[in-house]
Amino acid sequence: MSATELPDLNTFLPPMIEPEGDLLEVAMGPHHPSTHGVFRMDVALDGERVIRLKPVFGYLHRNHEKIAEKTTYLASMPYTDRLDYFCSMTNNWAYALAVEKLAGIEVPERAEYIRVITAELTRIQNHASAVGFLMQEMGASGTPLMYAFREREKILDLFESLSGSRMMCNYMRFGGCRVDLPAGWIEQAKQIVAGLPQFIDETEALLTGNEILMARSQGVGVLRPDLAVNAGVTGVMLRATGVNYDLRKVDRYGIYDSFQFRVPLGDHGDIYDRYMLRVLEMRESVKILEQALPRIPAGPILDPKSRPRGFRPKPGEAYGRIEAPKGELGFYLISDGSGNPYRYRVRPPSLINLTILEDMCLGQNVADVVLIFGSVDIVLGEVDR
Amino acid sequence: MKSTELLLDELKSALPGVEIELVMNPSVSAQHSLRVAPKDALRVAAYLRDVAGYDYCSNVTGVDWLDKETTEKIRTTKTVTRTVDGIDGIAQAAEEIVEETVKRVEPGCLEAVYHLYSMRLGPTDPHPPVVLRMRTLNRIDQVELPSLTPVWRAAEFQEREIFDLYGIVFTGHRDLRRILMWDEFEDHPMRRDYVDPDDFEYEPTPHDEVLKRAEEYKASLAAELPVGEVR
Repeated sequence: MSATELPDLNTFLPPMIEPEGDLLEVAMGPHHPSTHGVFRMDVALDGERVIRLKPVFGYLHRNHEKIAEKTTYLASMPYTDRLDYFCSMTNNWAYALAVEKLAGIEVPERAEYIRVITAELTRIQNHASAVGFLMQEMGASGTPLMYAFREREKILDLFESLSGSRMMCNYMRFGGCRVDLPAGWIEQAKQIVAGLPQFIDETEALLTGNEILMARSQGVGVLRPDLAVNAGVTGVMLRATGVNYDLRKVDRYGIYDSFQFRVPLGDHGDIYDRYMLRVLEMRESVKILEQALPRIPAGPILDPKSRPRGFRPKPGEAYGRIEAPKGELGFYLISDGSGNPYRYRVRPPSLINLTILEDMCLGQNVADVVLIFGSVDIVLGEVDR
Repeated sequence: MKSTELLLDELKSALPGVEIELVMNPSVSAQHSLRVAPKDALRVAAYLRDVAGYDYCSNVTGVDWLDKETTEKIRTTKTVTRTVDGIDGIAQAAEEIVEETVKRVEPGCLEAVYHLYSMRLGPTDPHPPVVLRMRTLNRIDQVELPSLTPVWRAAEFQEREIFDLYGIVFTGHRDLRRILMWDEFEDHPMRRDYVDPDDFEYEPTPHDEVLKRAEEYKASLAAELPVGEVR
């Protein structure tokens, strides 16, 4: 490559499809029952076939980043709960991790264990509900979703007894966690985790071999691995295409390298693989929980040197990222030495996973668009921020 | 682990003539970054993706750096002529040390930051994560930067977001529109000097109370005397 000429790039753009008949433009959303919040897709249809698809965002935008830049570091912690409101524990963790990188704060071992336990519980309830919602969109109204919500409620009860809130936990702090485990919490958690394999078996018995599920989802919404990597797709969406990239293994943040678990991978990158991966990841999370719960050590839960109030990190910047249930959740912080972050940025996996929504939907039937969109598993609170 | 400095040397030898420099990060995280001149950005990005193995662009974001005014006290030696008081009033030239206050204005800019990782090389990655930065010439009218979407499509929505919230215009982006704010919105809310408008100014369809206040405001503007006129 010479120094002056520009390289020949493989640009990974979606293909243009020539319509055979007249085009019909349909706005799917913002209040369509199958969208997971206020979200619109402007779809151009040739009969049943999708020719063009443009996602429209911003209905839930409240400029979280600007608000965070105007308050102290700690004051943004409860706000991170409201990004992906299904997974407040992992949002807290990602933000805490970024600040800990920025200021060089160590986390005590007991707090690391509590973080892993709460994050894996979050992953299980997120994947269970994602599968439930996907089935809802496929027309299985009720049963799979209610089964998922029954388990989710048990996990949210655990979170409530721990943090005082079911969904807006606001539980983690820079250098540890806010409060210690209440008496009997570990026993209660062990009991719930012991019941989870039965729930996953039940879900699988209901769905995995189901003829309708297979017919609707196999070979639909296929994503190529090279495109997925180039478009920054992360999480289950990426691993369903067969790319082995799980930050729990790659970055080994927290204490994930002390647990035995596998990263399930897909072969085809279609909706069925995504469904299957969510089920398998729940099984792996149960394995982590079974290892972590009996081993949890005694000790402090917050680094005594960390001062949440009057917290002023030295000038500099840091990017911290974790494997959230939806994909790679990152926080990018620039400090100018004052009490407020100079720059506060959320890398939202839900938004970036939608980059390839058009590619997956082109040429598919309009009824499958709903399924493909559902299989991405997004939360609009995080997409629009 | 290969450090950012080594990667910088590799880039400089592979792409001669490229303007690229190392930006140190003083914080504990030690994530140093590379600042590249906008004219060379696409070539550097393509090299990073295709040769160095950075196939995954994780995070793309903007930063607004305001004009920075620094005052400095400088001691300089100057020849000073002084008239000595007395009968003769002789003018004397003497060298003296004088303190001067110098004001310097560093012009601000808008910056785009790209966080790059390698998926291909995996966890046994010999490459450190790369933070690539580009700066615009100023914050007002020269705000163009080359889009890196041809190299990493992951930047597609994120560059749209920077365009929307910071006002950086990415040339070569295939679909540069507002993404979070509505199309009629005019300002860039993430800029540091952004002032919240009164609510009637940004209400797309003002009515009732808001409409009343908007009309009052318009009337007050019309009633203002032009500069220099006497009532």
